[in-house]
Amino acid sequence: MPSLCPTPPRWLAFSLLAAGLAALPFLVDAGLGRSWVRLLDLALLYAILALGLNIVVGYAGLLDLGYVAFYALGAYVYAWLSSPHFGLHLPFWAVLPLGASLAALFGVLLGAPTLRLRGDYLAIVTLGFGEIIRIFLNNLNAPVNITNGPQGINLIDPVRLGSFDLSQPHELLGYTFTSIHLTYYLFLLFTLGVIFISMRLEDSRIGRAWVAIREDEVAAAATGINTRNLKLLAFAMGATFGGLAGGLFASFQGFISPESFNLMESIMILCMIVLGGMGHIPGVIFGAVVLTLLPEALRYTGDWQRELFGRIYIDPADLRMLLFGLALVAVMLYRPAGLLPSTRRRREFADAQE
Amino acid sequence: MKTLLSVNQLSVAYGGIHAVRELSLTVAPGEMVCLIGANGAGKTSTLKAVSGLLEPHGGSVHFEGRSITRRPAHEVARLGLTLVPEGRGVFPLMSVAENLMMGAYARCDRAGIAHDLDRVYTLLPRLTERRTQLAGLLSGGEQQMLALGRAMMARPRLLLLDEPSMGLAPLMVQAVFDIIRRIAADGVAVLLVEQNAHLALKTCAHGYVLENGAVTLAGPAAELSTNPAVRRAYLGE
Repeated sequence: MPSLCPTPPRWLAFSLLAAGLAALPFLVDAGLGRSWVRLLDLALLYAILALGLNIVVGYAGLLDLGYVAFYALGAYVYAWLSSPHFGLHLPFWAVLPLGASLAALFGVLLGAPTLRLRGDYLAIVTLGFGEIIRIFLNNLNAPVNITNGPQGINLIDPVRLGSFDLSQPHELLGYTFTSIHLTYYLFLLFTLGVIFISMRLEDSRIGRAWVAIREDEVAAAATGINTRNLKLLAFAMGATFGGLAGGLFASFQGFISPESFNLMESIMILCMIVLGGMGHIPGVIFGAVVLTLLPEALRYTGDWQRELFGRIYIDPADLRMLLFGLALVAVMLYRPAGLLPSTRRRREFADAQE
Repeated sequence: MKTLLSVNQLSVAYGGIHAVRELSLTVAPGEMVCLIGANGAGKTSTLKAVSGLLEPHGGSVHFEGRSITRRPAHEVARLGLTLVPEGRGVFPLMSVAENLMMGAYARCDRAGIAHDLDRVYTLLPRLTERRTQLAGLLSGGEQQMLALGRAMMARPRLLLLDEPSMGLAPLMVQAVFDIIRRIAADGVAVLLVEQNAHLALKTCAHGYVLENGAVTLAGPAAELSTNPAVRRAYLGE
């Protein structure tokens, strides 16, 4: 359709976006401080996780509350194969796919017995699965020490590509790239990859079949869709991204313990999807970024109170979660389809209100 | 006469409860057959077992001479036997056009699909106007028409219709049944499950009466509709 208003060419928009994303850690570093660059890294990690869960929940409509188990598996595989715990130090490009594959396998193992379950029933089983994995990790330190129990695994290798060590600062063109800056670019690369795969899946026969299964499973089977295999594929794809994120998390953090993989984490990732806009890639990413950064920004409520009233009335630690909860409630009340919903969902909610 | 679908001694059980007991029926190519009976007589269970959504407890189902007993639903659908599920089962968040295209999911002959899409739109002009509308926002009758249109997009040789009149206004029921008759006139065989016995017997050539999971009466529809027992139990006399 010819547009009356002149629009900038696509390549210009893309290069501006690319330049913005490349400069972002330096702008954030200069403006808000180094700890916020770290949060930026975490936001990208959560974007990968949320996009993975989005395949299961957003596309295929399978409510999975144990998603964090795959994240944990990816992280532990990385820790086992790349730390002094077993004395193994395999390179990250070998370990990361291994972790992702093992997570995918567990995705299928979880999916197979739950094929007949829907909605709340599926949610309860997956919730149990997530807890089982966490409890295993917590207790598998005797008789053979596999996971090192609640102490977790320490001194995990950072990402190393040949002699290029991501944990060391590097100089380039007069700029210093610290470890968290470099991690940002690595995570950004993986996030872009996951976005690309998600986009291709959405537009594919597989993506359409997932939507059909979500909307009406019986009708989907009646149109010749192999519902069993496609549901398993959704679990496997989602778990793969979870495992990938787990590996990245382990290398980034250098230390993992079962505490990082509790139920709250699963619920947070689900919130990112629901709040951002289920089944809509930009919405999911936006949800992940907002829900990673907002609780951190709310840590500053103590400073704001002091500026406004001269003293602190409510402990910022208490107020933080209260405001966060209020924000979630407000979004669900005023933007029930999410902050950035897909056109489909926006239409559904708009028409339902007429 | 050749048979298209033959069901032999089919039994369906949920746990220990038998919903269908040793049911046998046949459908010839291009024939319209109805299965009538009260609520809970086992009509839907029969259709589900035939289409592969339920695993039968015993008996066999043959379609075009091939056994489809215990074949999964998606394979059965690809053989040319398409179910229009109870309660319509359209994809509510997809547009009318997307729903129709989902019907052709298992096909890859682009030209044939385009041709069938044209045919469905001529058959269902109401859907043409609502091409881009979300299926979930159509009226009940329009959704039933869409479900029929979607089934036609698979180019079936046998349509299994589960209660197409359910929850529709009388005028809409007439419109839907007109469409079913026109589909059948094109040579598609129909196995119709209905509670509206009067309408079903008027539409179909052959009928089966189901009671507590077993066939109690069978025969040409004209004969069944004059049968005193049928008239008393299902036609309100």
